[in-house]
Parts: sequence; C-alpha cells; structure tokens
Amino acid sequence: MREEPQILQRADFGALFTALQSRGFTVVGPTVVDQAIVYEELDSVEDLPIGWTDEQDAGRYRLRRRDDEALFGYVVGPQSWKQFFHPPHVKLFGASRDREGALRFESSNEETPRFAFLGARSCELHGMAIQDRVFLGSGYVDSEYAGRRENSFTIAVNCGQAGGTCFCTSMNTGPKVDAGIPHDLALTEILDEERHYFVVTVGSEAGRELLSELPTVPAAGPETRAADELVAKTAREMGRTMNPKGVKELLYQNLEHPRWEELADRCLTCANCTMVCPTCFCTTVEDVTDLTGENAERWRRWDSCFTIDFSYLHGGSVRQSAKSRYRQWLTHKFATWQDQFGSSGCVGCGRCITWCPVGIDVTEEIAAIREEP
Amino acid sequence: MMPEVHQNPLTNRESEAPMLPEAWRVVANDWENHDTFTLQLERDSGGPFAFLPGQFNMLYGFGRGESAISISGADEESGTLYHTIRRVGTVTRALSELNPGDTVGLRGPFGSAWPVERLFGRDLVFIAGGIGLAPLRPAIRYALAHRERYGNIVILIGARSPEDVVFPAEIDQWSGTEGVETRVSVDRATPDWKRNVGVVTNLIAKADFDPSNSAAMICGPEIMMRYAILELNKRGMDDAGIFLTMERNMKCAVGFCGHCQLGPEFICRDGPVFRYDHFKHWFSQREL
Ligand SMILES: Cc1cc2nc3c(=O)[nH]c(=O)nc-3n(C[C@H](O)[C@H](O)[C@H](O)COP(=O)(O)OP(=O)(O)OC[C@H]3O[C@@H](n4cnc5c(N)ncnc54)[C@H](O)[C@@H]3O)c2cc1C
Ligand code: SF4
Ligand code: SF4
Repeated sequence: MREEPQILQRADFGALFTALQSRGFTVVGPTVVDQAIVYEELDSVEDLPIGWTDEQDAGRYRLRRRDDEALFGYVVGPQSWKQFFHPPHVKLFGASRDREGALRFESSNEETPRFAFLGARSCELHGMAIQDRVFLGSGYVDSEYAGRRENSFTIAVNCGQAGGTCFCTSMNTGPKVDAGIPHDLALTEILDEERHYFVVTVGSEAGRELLSELPTVPAAGPETRAADELVAKTAREMGRTMNPKGVKELLYQNLEHPRWEELADRCLTCANCTMVCPTCFCTTVEDVTDLTGENAERWRRWDSCFTIDFSYLHGGSVRQSAKSRYRQWLTHKFATWQDQFGSSGCVGCGRCITWCPVGIDVTEEIAAIREEP
Repeated sequence: MMPEVHQNPLTNRESEAPMLPEAWRVVANDWENHDTFTLQLERDSGGPFAFLPGQFNMLYGFGRGESAISISGADEESGTLYHTIRRVGTVTRALSELNPGDTVGLRGPFGSAWPVERLFGRDLVFIAGGIGLAPLRPAIRYALAHRERYGNIVILIGARSPEDVVFPAEIDQWSGTEGVETRVSVDRATPDWKRNVGVVTNLIAKADFDPSNSAAMICGPEIMMRYAILELNKRGMDDAGIFLTMERNMKCAVGFCGHCQLGPEFICRDGPVFRYDHFKHWFSQREL
C-alpha cells in the first residue's frame, strides 16, 4: 500500500483517539502503572506515558523522566499485546445436563471485543504474525483468537530509540515497521527544536480510510528524511545482538551441551520469561462445576513449559530437571519453532532478558553454546 | 520405498470450534480386566464418523476434564466406536464410572495413522505392550480383513501378568487364523499360564517375517519400544520400516496448548504415529 506519508501535529493527536472511538474501538496502548509501562485501555492522549522513558538491562527495568514531552519515548514493557488476542484466561465451553441427564455443550458466546492497538512496535507486529501462524495458520483455527484479531485495528510506532535489551535487528524484525508486516497505520514521532509531529504511513485500506479523517498534511522531503534517519539511528543503538545464523542446527546438535547444566544452576524456573514473551502461546485447561453439579465449564489459561506439571504423564513428568525445562524453552524459541512454523519464535524484544529475576540473557546463552564446549 | 505415516485427513479441520466437544452416548461400558475398560459410544447426532487406525479422540468426563484416548475399534453396522481405557487418574476414573445411557463429550479424530493400507505385499509385525494393543487393534483388524494382500502377519503382545492382557478372546481368535502368528508373553506368569514368559521383545528374534520386506508397528511403554527397535534392527529391519506411537501430556489435540511437543513434533498433530527414521534423533534424548 504505497501512499504519500502524512504529517499529524502533536496538537492534533487527540483526533486519532476520536476517530478510533467513533468507530467503536476500545483504544488500548501504553500507560504508566506501578513504575512500569503496561498496555491498558486508554481514554485520551493524556493517558500515554508522556515524557517518560525506560532503562533496561538484564534483570533490570526503571522508568526515568525524559527532558521532552515525547508520547512514545520508551521501548517495550513487561506486557505484550498477546493478552488481547490470546487472553490469559478464557472460557472454552459450558456443559450442562438436560432433563434426561444428557450433556449439552455450548461454546462461550461472549461478544468479541474491538480493540485499537496504539503504539505497537515492529517486533511486536512480528510477534503477532508469529502467533497468527500458531492459531490460524497451521491447520486448526482458534476462533477466539481469529475473532479478536479480525476485529482489531493496529497503529504501529517506529522506534525512536532502542532499549538496553533490544536485538530486533539481529532477528530481522525491526526497528522499522515494514510495509509487509500487517498493520493499519504506522507513526514516527519527531521532536525537534521547534516542532513535535508524527509522520504517518498507511498499512491497510482501513488505515487509509481512518487517516483521511485526520487533520493531516502531506509530509515534505525533510520530514520523511528525518523519520527515516531516526529509525536508522535506532537500528545502530541495539542494546544486544545475536547471531541467528544456523542457530537451529546449533541447538539441535547441542542438546547435551554443558551450558544447560550451568544454566540450570541459575534459572529459578519461575516462568517469567514465558509470560512476558510475545510469542509464547502454551496453555492449560481448568474444569469447574457449579454447586448443583449440573453445570460445568472448561477454561483455558496461560501455562509455561517451566512448570513441572507441564510434561506430566501418568507416573511422573517427562521434564523433571530445570536443565531440561530451560532447554525446552530456548530450543523451542530458537530452533524447533522454525520447523514447526517456518520462522524463529523470537523477535528480539528483549523482554525475557529484562524480566528474568536473575538476569539470564538468551543472546549470551546462545553465544556460549556457539563457542566450543 | 517405505510409505510415510498417514497424516490426519482432518475432516474436522474446518471446524469453527475445534475445542468444543460433541455429545456421544454410552452404549456399553465393559471391564477388560481389573483396571481397563472399554466404552462403546454412539454419536448423539447420528452422523457418520470416519477415522483411520491409530487415530485418537479427546474424551470429556463431565466437570473432570479431557483425556486423549485412541480409537480401539468401530462397529460399522451400528456406527459405534470403541475406546479402551486404563483407569489411572481423575479423568479416566470418571470415564470408568459411566453407565449405558450416559453421555460423554468427544472431539476428534486427531493425529496420524498406521499406514496399513500402504503396506500391501509386505509382512507385518505388530508389537504391543499392555494397553498399547488398543491403538493397534484397528490396524490389526484391517490387516486381517485384507489378509490376502499381505505376506506373513505377526502379532506379538506383552503384558505384566495374565490378568493384564486386554482383548483375550479376540487374541484367541487371531491365534486361530491361518497364516497369522500370534504370541503373548507376560512378565509374571501364574501357574495356569501356558504361553510365553518374559519381555515381549524377546519374541522378535524368533518371529517369522522377512526383514527386507516388512513393516513393524509398535505401541507400548517407551522402554519397551526402544528394545523392540533394537531387536528389529538386529534382525536386519531398516528404521524406515518401523512405525511407533508416542504419548505426551495433551490438553488440546489441535496444536494450540504446546504440551505435547517432543523436539519439533507436536504429538497430537504430527503424531502420535511416527516413522522411526524421521523421529530417531528426538526419540533417543532424555527428558526431551
Ligand atoms: C495420543 C494418545 C493416545 C492415548 N490413548 C490411550 C488409550 O487408548 N487408552 C488409555 O487408557 N490411555 C490412552 N492415552 C493416555 C491417556 O490420555 C492418559 O492416561 C489420561 O489422560 C490420564 O488422565 P487422568 O486424568 O485419568 O490421569 P491423571 O494422572 O490424573 O492425569 C492428569 C492429566 O495429565 C495428563 N496425562 C496424564 N497421563 C497422560 C498420558 N499418558 N498421556 C497424555 N496425557 C496424560 C492428562 O492431561 C490428564 O488429564 C493416550 C494418550 C495419548 C497422548
Ligand atoms: S524470546 Fe525473549 S527476546 Fe525473544 S521474543 Fe521472546 S521475550 Fe522477546
Ligand atoms: S530464565 Fe529467568 S525468567 Fe525464565 S524461568 Fe529461568 S529464572 Fe525465570
């Protein structure tokens, strides 16, 4: 979808909220809660983390004041958008006994929400595309996910700075929002001495329609150049790098590398990394019955391969040791995922590094395995 | 060329709600032995239900949960399905308590299948350990129904003790079939046991099949399958001629829950039946 980029002034940013809300979307985006930038429902532009930035490193996350009033002057926080497509807790079906005692099954028929996602980063769009392949593209279709995905509108943001644990350039997932990755609109935020504005590009027909309603003017050469230079600068600032070359074969051949044992001594198997990862999709189920015993429900909730029960078989779990559970996670992310879904399961967002309580860094671990034992 | 496993034709892939069970009625619930029972089920909606030997369903016990259970047979005339289940925990206990007329939830069929109809002209070796005979039974029945299209048929069955053998009457029937070699072995015999004693894999060395033109189908505990493969290899059978079925924790059967992964394979979707040469790298890893 090629189209002249447009300029939206900071002063007019509220018009974006109005346009989305008038179309029936619930706007979801970054906001500051408990010293972290999380994704929640937003009422207006004032809810955005205006003037905040984040400092990230292995096992470390801090918010800090910026010396400007940027709306998107930080990178990714502890949450990803997956919670809105693939909710942490969702009802699969209800079962009840009819008068004859026979079971009747009903799928959960809650109305599918209509979310507009404001501020999704390139790595996050890639994360969504990866989950699309899991829930829509590999045989069966998850109707809950499909409905939520179909109903959504995505406004992406090109990153104006890289975080301390970011490595999207290594994974080829950012920082620039490519035309090929599904989104509706993409923004680049520019703050210079005199001006604060957004260069807006169109990613879909729905995006074009919405943009036509906003008070924009076509961008001029210097403005689009400023936007391009900004993401190019971001690409040079990555806090981490990883060599993804041959990583599948590397891990397939090193299932017994001594590093796994060494890792097991550090890893707490707390599962934080799987919760924050935008692509991790594993779930378990819960069955509940009401007091009459006539109605039951089956729920699905997020699960993690770090729990001992995850691989339970009658007689005991397959993955007893921390070593085997960490190995499962890392090998799935970087290697088996490629055979399963045709791409890496990692988009280089750095969340698992930042939010690991003991600061385990996947880029470091892969580099260590790459070195001869 | 050895054929591949039969991938699920996925008659139900288009399903809008692959996690929603359908109501099936219990026609009969009969104990096979002290801990194993067979449910005969009839579809409430009455429609046809196609499956391939080796495929499984997810059976839902009201309020208790779901279990992956292989289809152990079907009755073509009545359209009923059989599931043979060992009572080991919460869900299987709930299923064991069902009476004729009760309903269960059923989703399926899922998974890959024994490629029996692609093995014409070969000798077939079936090796079952314990309840492992259940997923093999539809394949054995198919082979026997098309007896003239195969070479020798060897059925080797192992169980812990005589009372753990499932389908004893049907095994006797197979034993009496011309050109079918059926052997049963138990780890611990009782005084009146007249058949073999010892691990089932001991029977492979003496079985009558041509390793250069045969296929083996194995289902049982992993350790038993490991030894069976060793013995088959010793006889000169190629890894590509060996098919086996795997079990892993399974919550969804449609590739969403992630639990059944073993290396790059989702047991629910890429398995449970694998051709050993494709699976070997992963089969030999501990705690994978
Ligand atoms: C493809 C496939 C086919 C199977 N076919 C049969 C069959 O024909 N007959 C039969 O008796 N059993 C079969 N099983 C095993 C059966 O699914 C388990 O024994 C059963 O789920 C145990 O559930 P439970 O609640 O009674 O036991 P619990 O010990 O209470 O188990 C709790 C949960 O752990 C999981 N679980 C435990 N053991 C297994 C297992 N071995 N495999 C998968 N998940 C497990 C289940 O999610 C179960 O709900 C099969 C398993 C698979 C994967
Ligand atoms: S593995 Fe870590 S860096 Fe990669 S996508 Fe998941 S959370 Fe982000
Ligand atoms: S790697 Fe870190 S975040 Fe992940 S389970 Fe281990 S300790 Fe927790």
